[in-house]
Amino acid sequence: MPFVTLPREKTTAGFTAAVLFGSLFAGLCAVGIVFLAYGVNPFYAIYEIFRSSFGSAFGFKETITKAVPLIFIGSGLALAYKAKFWNIGAESQLLWGAIIATWIGLNWGPHLPGFVVIPLMFLGGFIGGGLWGVIPAVFKVKFGINEVISTLMLNYVAAELVKYLVVGPWKGTTKYGYPYTDDLPDHALLNLLHHTRISVPLVIFAVLVALFLCFVVYRTRFGYEVRVIGENPEAGKYAGIDFFKTTVLMMAVSGGVAGIAGVGELLTIHKHLSYPETISAGYGFTAIIVAWLGRLNPGFAILSGLFFAGIIVGGDAIQISMGLPSATVNVFNGLILVFLIMGDFLLSHRVVYKRRAN
Amino acid sequence: MTDMITSILTRTVVAGTPLLLGTLGEVITERAGILNLGVEGMMSVGAVTGFIVTFTTGNPWLGMIAAIIAGALISLLHSFVTITLRANQVVSGLALTMLGLGLSGLWGKPYIGRPLPVKMNHVNIPVLSDIPILGRVLFSQDPYFYLSVALGIMVWFLMKHTKVGITVRSVGENPKAAETLGINVILVKYLSIMAGGAFAGMAGAHLSTAYSKSWIEGMTSGRGWIVIALTIFSLWEPSKAFLGAYIFGGIFVLQYVLQPLGISPNLLAMLPYLTTLGVLLFYGMSKTGKRKMSAPATLGEAYIRGSR
Repeated sequence: MPFVTLPREKTTAGFTAAVLFGSLFAGLCAVGIVFLAYGVNPFYAIYEIFRSSFGSAFGFKETITKAVPLIFIGSGLALAYKAKFWNIGAESQLLWGAIIATWIGLNWGPHLPGFVVIPLMFLGGFIGGGLWGVIPAVFKVKFGINEVISTLMLNYVAAELVKYLVVGPWKGTTKYGYPYTDDLPDHALLNLLHHTRISVPLVIFAVLVALFLCFVVYRTRFGYEVRVIGENPEAGKYAGIDFFKTTVLMMAVSGGVAGIAGVGELLTIHKHLSYPETISAGYGFTAIIVAWLGRLNPGFAILSGLFFAGIIVGGDAIQISMGLPSATVNVFNGLILVFLIMGDFLLSHRVVYKRRAN
Repeated sequence: MTDMITSILTRTVVAGTPLLLGTLGEVITERAGILNLGVEGMMSVGAVTGFIVTFTTGNPWLGMIAAIIAGALISLLHSFVTITLRANQVVSGLALTMLGLGLSGLWGKPYIGRPLPVKMNHVNIPVLSDIPILGRVLFSQDPYFYLSVALGIMVWFLMKHTKVGITVRSVGENPKAAETLGINVILVKYLSIMAGGAFAGMAGAHLSTAYSKSWIEGMTSGRGWIVIALTIFSLWEPSKAFLGAYIFGGIFVLQYVLQPLGISPNLLAMLPYLTTLGVLLFYGMSKTGKRKMSAPATLGEAYIRGSR
């Protein structure tokens, strides 16, 4: 082969951005091929996706609504992935946030004013999601258990628990036959912008959390330790980094912000706990790509979260208007992620044309 | 009583078959040093392909073959991304799972709620199937079961006692040394991933054309992930894959056995996942040393030809 690949030492921000956009474009082209197979004009389909998510006021409101959980979870995942801790369990960490918040809202909500109970629900959700995230952290550091498997198994466990709660002990007394808990009291919900499902303080909170995590990762000792664990664990050991403490704290935060996303969904959209598929439309998995597209920088999760929220909204829209199955969004996510990691090759390698020697 | 025992054991073996097939495949892949977390996706693609081909042709054998090919083909994506482009194996496997689940949902949409006109029939082995209990459990099953046992023995023999096995294992243990001995490391890795994909595809077809005879989105319900746990549980040995697969098959059956006792079906549905965690925990606490020694040395690492 006349082409050889050499490791690339340095990348400029411009080159990185070019590769990212190139990968996204290639991913969208691949998605287009899937559309072609269904007899849908791919250019029109992709145009429609972006028009219905970013091109209209109604669509953009939906995009913001869906960006909120993605920003929370995506920035938390970016933190964990910095340490090469592959947390795939955000889906259930989100559910735990919703479970705890529901309990607080239903039991304490009627006796407490909103300005007390709402922060309590967020705090409870953070602790719930955080503790669920700490389990795989302990498993990995203490017993060497692969975190991908443990976080996934915990996803199934939490999903079944939520189903059990909503058809069993927590089933609402006012919800004849439906698998819901009772609605939370009105004063325990977040105020929404008129004719939207957007809570402005929640959006601001999501952005601040992402920026705060960005600061933590790049400007604090803890963030430095997280990065060392990911990039050079051997050096970390010699430098005396406490792997247990750092990993547990990191996953408490990563799971905790996913829990906050769950509370946010509960207090703006659902108002009660219901089936796990309803509470989270796969945000825990989509956020994996959000974190990856943001180059594992929690701050960039704001932009990539907004982008993927648009893909979800646009995907829903064309699914309905063109009669495509709901699995289309999974194909989207899978293809875009594949092309993003393919693009990483160009960021870490140089491909050089070379005449064969002698 | 004997009827109940026979029924429970029979269903255990049936439920264990896709787990065994998947684990055998993942053992081969991981032995060559590649972690493929895409089993769930490849299985799902196998399930839908097996279903559609069986539905259209009326021949479940063609369905099985098509599923094997489909599983092997989709696994090429993981090969290309992780071997040729040296990308992160964890993320690539996740992408493969998302893509596999998505594509199978897309392809299978028109077939939801349409039962197969035919199903992989049970084959009674003469004489042996008349033995009480064991005859029904082991010698009156669908061909997937017999094939999975035969393949398990074959993989065990190949990996343990032939040059093929040594080649695959040396690529996972020390690719540089293998390359020096004239082994085409890249090719061996590609083929090992393909073998894993083929097995996962076959496991999927078992679910949609023998275990049940319908296609439902998400019907693999985490079996692909359990397979990855079973690969660790089996310490990367095909012989121990049998044990793990049937224990977990039994746990899938236990859900239905316990249900009449009035336990919530949702709580029972947690059993396979909790057991997976329990098993990994048990191994983590007791055999850390042994497990570290058994794992292929370069599992999950990218190989760069000619690097020092």
